[in-house]
Amino acid sequence: MAGSNGIKIAIVGGGLAGLAAAMKIAEAGHAVDLFSVVPVKRSHSVCAQGGINGAVNTKGEGDSTWEHFDDTVYGGDFLANQPPAKAMCEMAPSIIYLFDRMGVPFSRTPEGLLDFRRFGGTKHHRTAFAGASTGQQLLYALDEQVRRHEADKKVTKYEGWEMMSLVLDDHQVCRGLIAMNLQTLELKAFKADAVIMATGGPGLIFGKSTNSMVCTGSAVSACYQQGAKYANGEFIQVHPTSIPGDDKLRLMSESARGEGGRVWVPRAKDDRRPSSSIPEKERWYFLEEKYPAYGNLVPRDIATREIFQVCLSGMGVNGENQVYLDLSHIPADVLDKKLGAILEIYEMFVGDDPRHVPMRIFPGVHYSMGGLWVDFQQRTNIPGLLAAGECDYSIHGANRLGANSLVSCVYGGFIAAPAAIEFAKNVQRNGSDGSNIYDQELKKQEEINGELINRKGNENQYKLHEEMGKTMTDNVTVVRYNDKLQETDNKLLELMNRYNNISINDSNLWATMALPHARHLKNMLELARVITLGALNRNESRGAHYKPDFPNRDDENFLKTTIAEYSGEGPVLSYEPVDISLIKPRIRDYSHNKQETAKATTIGDTSPDKSKSPLDAGDKSITK
Amino acid sequence: MSTHQATSTKAGRIPPKTVEIRIRRREKPDAPQYWETFEVPYKANLNIISCLMEIQKNPVTKDGQKTTPPVWNMNCLEQVCGICTMVINGRVRQSCSALVDPLLEDQPYITLEPMSKFPNVRDLIVDRQQMFDHLKRVHAWIQIDGSYDLGPGPRMSQEEVAERYAYSRCMTCGCCLEACPQYDGDQYIGPQAIAQVRLFNMHPSGKITRDERIEAIMGDDGITNCGNAQNCVQVCPMSIPLTTAIYEENRETVIYGLFGWLRR
Repeated sequence: MAGSNGIKIAIVGGGLAGLAAAMKIAEAGHAVDLFSVVPVKRSHSVCAQGGINGAVNTKGEGDSTWEHFDDTVYGGDFLANQPPAKAMCEMAPSIIYLFDRMGVPFSRTPEGLLDFRRFGGTKHHRTAFAGASTGQQLLYALDEQVRRHEADKKVTKYEGWEMMSLVLDDHQVCRGLIAMNLQTLELKAFKADAVIMATGGPGLIFGKSTNSMVCTGSAVSACYQQGAKYANGEFIQVHPTSIPGDDKLRLMSESARGEGGRVWVPRAKDDRRPSSSIPEKERWYFLEEKYPAYGNLVPRDIATREIFQVCLSGMGVNGENQVYLDLSHIPADVLDKKLGAILEIYEMFVGDDPRHVPMRIFPGVHYSMGGLWVDFQQRTNIPGLLAAGECDYSIHGANRLGANSLVSCVYGGFIAAPAAIEFAKNVQRNGSDGSNIYDQELKKQEEINGELINRKGNENQYKLHEEMGKTMTDNVTVVRYNDKLQETDNKLLELMNRYNNISINDSNLWATMALPHARHLKNMLELARVITLGALNRNESRGAHYKPDFPNRDDENFLKTTIAEYSGEGPVLSYEPVDISLIKPRIRDYSHNKQETAKATTIGDTSPDKSKSPLDAGDKSITK
Repeated sequence: MSTHQATSTKAGRIPPKTVEIRIRRREKPDAPQYWETFEVPYKANLNIISCLMEIQKNPVTKDGQKTTPPVWNMNCLEQVCGICTMVINGRVRQSCSALVDPLLEDQPYITLEPMSKFPNVRDLIVDRQQMFDHLKRVHAWIQIDGSYDLGPGPRMSQEEVAERYAYSRCMTCGCCLEACPQYDGDQYIGPQAIAQVRLFNMHPSGKITRDERIEAIMGDDGITNCGNAQNCVQVCPMSIPLTTAIYEENRETVIYGLFGWLRR
């Protein structure tokens, strides 16, 4: 139903960003249609563990929102537009206090105040946390508030409905969307005065990642194919230590190394003996050998690159993509006290006891800094279409700082909501009442589904997905070479071709997983090209984007946002300047304190010394 | 491989070449249920989701009959979203954290069934909307004045927070309801909602609207229907003290029933 003044906003995605926006819009008295593939309480936000950043300075450390802002921009290797990053950091303390009021069981100090802990990329205690499940707790708090508005009939949930496409009018203005009921496969048009995308990251493009299974990027790709700009797609954060599984990669917290965990592989390539039978001198502690100063605690992107290359060269344990992360030399009672919870996760999913058997880990695709292009009010280039959370590109630049993801989701939702209302109130429809645009788009989507269902080719949709994931993981993650990137794009084109020859592998279409997957696969392939070609054309190294052939950050040529626009021939790339109006870019060097790196830098410094020491590269801190 | 050896040593047996999986299937809500048996290649550390993914790629039964791929729900695969809950070897749990090796220690094959207390959509998928409706009914939220900036919430000791934290981890998976002999649709609201009443009634701001929640669990299908079987607390994957919640809320409802009218 529409609100008091008839405004209705559609929100796609019910994670932190989507629910934050829904709460604000309902509170302003307007109607919300909330679409989610899964019940919103089961969204991927639940996976965030570590905490949420906000500079409240309750520890007498002289922290400030400016300091948080500076850390964020510095951690992002100066690729983020600075005004929205600053605005987020300024809003962060009030966001944390709001969640406190909503009943999130944040950990406390002896005085009963909120406790804060330290995270990567900062010198301050700035991270509020609720046990080891902060994301779950924050999501539930918003879920509860939105349920309250649902009980008041202001929010209508469409759980188990997946967005297929936008409905655009003759002026390319967004007027609603087409969604599919995942049980009946019914397609339906939904009118809306504005649409907010809040669908999270695209981890499944890489096959296996730390993302949840709904994180396909499919809906965002649909927007891109309908004219929305996609920005900085090539910036994909890879976490150094995840637990490889046949189904997904599960994150293993950095604290395992913080408490003395050692990373190693057998020195001999074909050594298939159990770890316990390999004597000390036949083990290769490659991080300790290569980086004697920092050992296993090198910054995350370095750890990620080293582990990745060891495995790529066939030195992984059992020749597979895995290395040992060994805690078994530490007494079990010490481990239980300091790392109990994370050891239990490993035990639960692997079945081995890491107190006695080394854990087997591998870097895992974790987060997309890139996403839909938005302005400082979270508006995309399509009028009436906004975006918030991981699916938009703002805030994090070339690399996200740990515990900044939760706060950026809520910030994005809180900015997108009033901006969507503002748009809905002021939009001039120019006489186009849009009466038939819904039918047209609906028919188009029905035809796509109908054609897919009737395809009788011999390609297997799940095998194509596997092939895409493998080639993307091999070539477009940690270390990138232009020839491999070009090969990857060729491979993606081949897969797109073979996609035309799939057949849906389920003859029972009721609640089938096969047709939605086929739709995802097409959209993932389109977005994979954006990521790959963005990487191919950025000839520098910055944040998570690393090219050995171009090891330096090149501000002169690439202090720019990559913009991809869809064409029938694939993505068309262009570049726009980054707003660096508040902090001058300086060399990113975590071997020294920030203050020292700030001294001798000026705008336009192309930092030729950046790659001198591998330790100069930055910290890819992730909330754990 | 080292892991194979570790596993086989632990279980005291040689790992099998394949894993037999029997799935209780249903084409659509009003169709009859039937069993189908599949076989997937054994690997160390397989979980149930990986087996299902393998079957999905090439849905052929153990007898070589081509069939439709079984469907199921999955999302986080880290036992925190609750969506992949099903009955595995007779016990309700999340399929992402159900490893094949320990399951094969009890019997030579694995059975997968949908939860029985919720409408069965197809194969292993059930509709748990009633659990979210419970949350609406018991007003499982803090009645904040608004989401604008009003400063921090009430001060609390770490002990109070720790007690609430235990209840706040409920992922609405439905294990407790599946295992509860009293829970059957609309006869008893069940431990899930009662534990959420406890969560919000403990909070200083939540206490203000405590009566609404207590009244919501006092009807014919309310808290007094608990038969004290204590199955719920045994199957809860998040180790939520569900029986403590029921005890505490039972006490609150009794006191409210006796003296609540005085406050009107």
